[in-house]
This record gives sequence, C-alpha cells and structure tokens, in this order.
Amino acid sequence: MNPVAIGIALLVAVALAMALGVALGWAASRIEPDADSLVERIDALLPQTQCGQCLYPGCRPYAAAIASGEADIDRCPPGGDSTLRALAALLDRAPRPLDPAFGAPKPAQVAWIVEERCIGCALCLPACPVDAIVGASRQMHTVIAAQCTGCELCLPPCPVDCIELRAAPATSLRHHQPRAA
Amino acid sequence: MTELLLLALGASLVNNFVLSNFLGLCPFIGVSRRFEAAAGMALATLFVLTIASGLSFALWQWVLVPLHLEHLRTLVFILLIAGVVQFTEIMVRATSPLLHQLLGIFLPLITTNCAVLGVALLNVDRQHGLLESLVFGASAGAGFGLALLLFTALRERLDTADVPEAFRGAPVALVTAGLMALAFMGFTGLGAR
Repeated sequence: MNPVAIGIALLVAVALAMALGVALGWAASRIEPDADSLVERIDALLPQTQCGQCLYPGCRPYAAAIASGEADIDRCPPGGDSTLRALAALLDRAPRPLDPAFGAPKPAQVAWIVEERCIGCALCLPACPVDAIVGASRQMHTVIAAQCTGCELCLPPCPVDCIELRAAPATSLRHHQPRAA
Repeated sequence: MTELLLLALGASLVNNFVLSNFLGLCPFIGVSRRFEAAAGMALATLFVLTIASGLSFALWQWVLVPLHLEHLRTLVFILLIAGVVQFTEIMVRATSPLLHQLLGIFLPLITTNCAVLGVALLNVDRQHGLLESLVFGASAGAGFGLALLLFTALRERLDTADVPEAFRGAPVALVTAGLMALAFMGFTGLGAR
C-alpha cells in the first residue's frame, strides 16, 4: 500500500466526516426553533395533569399554544392561581383570573377503583394520559395513586362507573397541590 | 417490476432481518416492552434504513469504487449511518418530544443496529442499483418493524400471563422470539426464484 493511496483514503474519510458535520449542524439550526426553550419553560410551570381541560391534548401542546400566542394563560384550572401567576411572571403579562369556561380549580384528588364493581374491561387504560392504571383484560384494575393526576379522564369510558375520585394522599408524587392564593 | 416486488417480499418476510438473519436483535429485545415506543422505533428504523441504503449506494458507486477504496466501506458506511441517525434524532426531537423521551437511548443506538449496516453491505455485495437499494432498505425496515410490532404485542400479553417463575422476563421473551422465528419460516419458498 503506497502513501498516496493512504492519503486518498484519509482524505475521503475526513471529507465525509466534515460533510456530515456541516450538514447536521445546518439541520440542527434549521429544524430546531429557538422558541422550543420557551415552550419547555412554560411546560415546566404547568401542573402536568394532562387533563385536557384547556382543550389541548396535554400540557405540552398547551405550552406550545401559549408560546405561539394561540391560547391565553387563563385556561388551566388544575394549576389554579399559582400557576397562572407564575406564567404571567414568565411571560411578563398582567395576572388575571382563570377563565371559568374551562372549569374551576378543585382540591387535589386521585382516582380510586371500587374493586367490587370493576369488571376488568380495560376501557379505562387507554384513557389515562399518564398510564397510572394497572390492569389487563379480565384482570382486576387498580390505580397507582402516586402517578394519578386526578384528571377524571378515566370516568367517561367506564361502563360500570366503578371509578371514584378521593382526596389525594400526602405521598402523591405527581400531584400538583394548588397553593392557597 | 416483478423483480422489485420479489426483492421487497424477500427482504421483509422470507428473509426477515430479525427473525431469519438475526440482525438487529438489540432493539428487538430492548424496545419491545411498550407498543407506542415500538411503533416509534419501527418508523425511525424504516426511515434510517431507507435513507442510509440510498446514500450508501451513492457513496459506494460514485466515491469508493472510482477511487479504488472498496476496503473502506465498513468505516465509511458506519460514519454515514451515524450521520443519518443523528439527523433522525434531531427531527424526532423537533417534531415529537414525547416520542424522543420514550425511545431514549435506543434512538441513537440505531447506529449500532446491525440490520442497518447489514443492508448497506448486502446492497453492495449483491450489486443492487439505486432503486433496488432503496427498495431493499425500505422493505428490510418494514420487515423489522413488522417483527418488532408483533413481538411487542405478544410481550404486552405475556406481562399478564401466568408464566412459571423461572421463565419470567427475558427467558420467556427469547422463547417467544424463537417461536416467532419458527412461524416466519413458513414464508420460505414464497416467491422463490
């Protein structure tokens, strides 16, 4: 193997690596918008109940809608006043009361499955936005209280109305406790 | 046309990359716990495989062969695949942050998915043209996705099945994969040439 061939081989490998690097750098700067960091920061303030009361499919889509100016910040009842004030501070807007059209704030709650009535139909599993319900077809279901956000989305699909909402235990990890105003 | 159809059939079903060539087993076992993650993985791999087989053909045909650098192919293909995977990761992160979180480390690990390198090398060995390479890559990706999704659905069922203690977890998953491979042997001879 002569030195020229080695040189060409090196050149090709280095040129390919550099071309890929430039292409990736360009793609990263084009595809990833700067607004993404604002969406992340708004999302971090939202309660992550994924309840959809704001009429967006979850907290992150709502954050994206706030960032793009499509939705206002007064649509999040689970977050309550504290979230609203935090959002107003982040976005430098005047605080305002929650829009009652999207529901009223409630005390922290978690879903509870009444086992005598549950028939193991598994209909509530896909409804849960945080996968807090454990169960399978014809098996008893249960709710992982620490994961449940109390969003109530599992209530409508249940054919036997065996899901109740109870006050959230103090150990609840996920639950955003609305602080007193 | 018939040739291409047979090629696609062969790469996706008859010689399925996972179940008859045993390539790409790492994501096959690793990302088959949740159906959503598996579906994302199947799509990402399909995308990477198609793009990477097209680009690796172009690189082989127009750079490596004219410069007599055929021996560099493994190195160059791996570089190219890493680039395409990185590009895919950027795209997934921008379009679906949730999927990005769900796939986690397995998204960059498509780079080391030997099915991707296997397709690039097989394309060269079998002297496929550009169109053939693309079809071969896409159908290999479709076959990988099909096997992964079927396997994931089985594993989700297995989670609630009454499996003997010694077989729980990985052992029963491997037994299932073996049974699936046996079932896929039924495609042998389909469209045989």
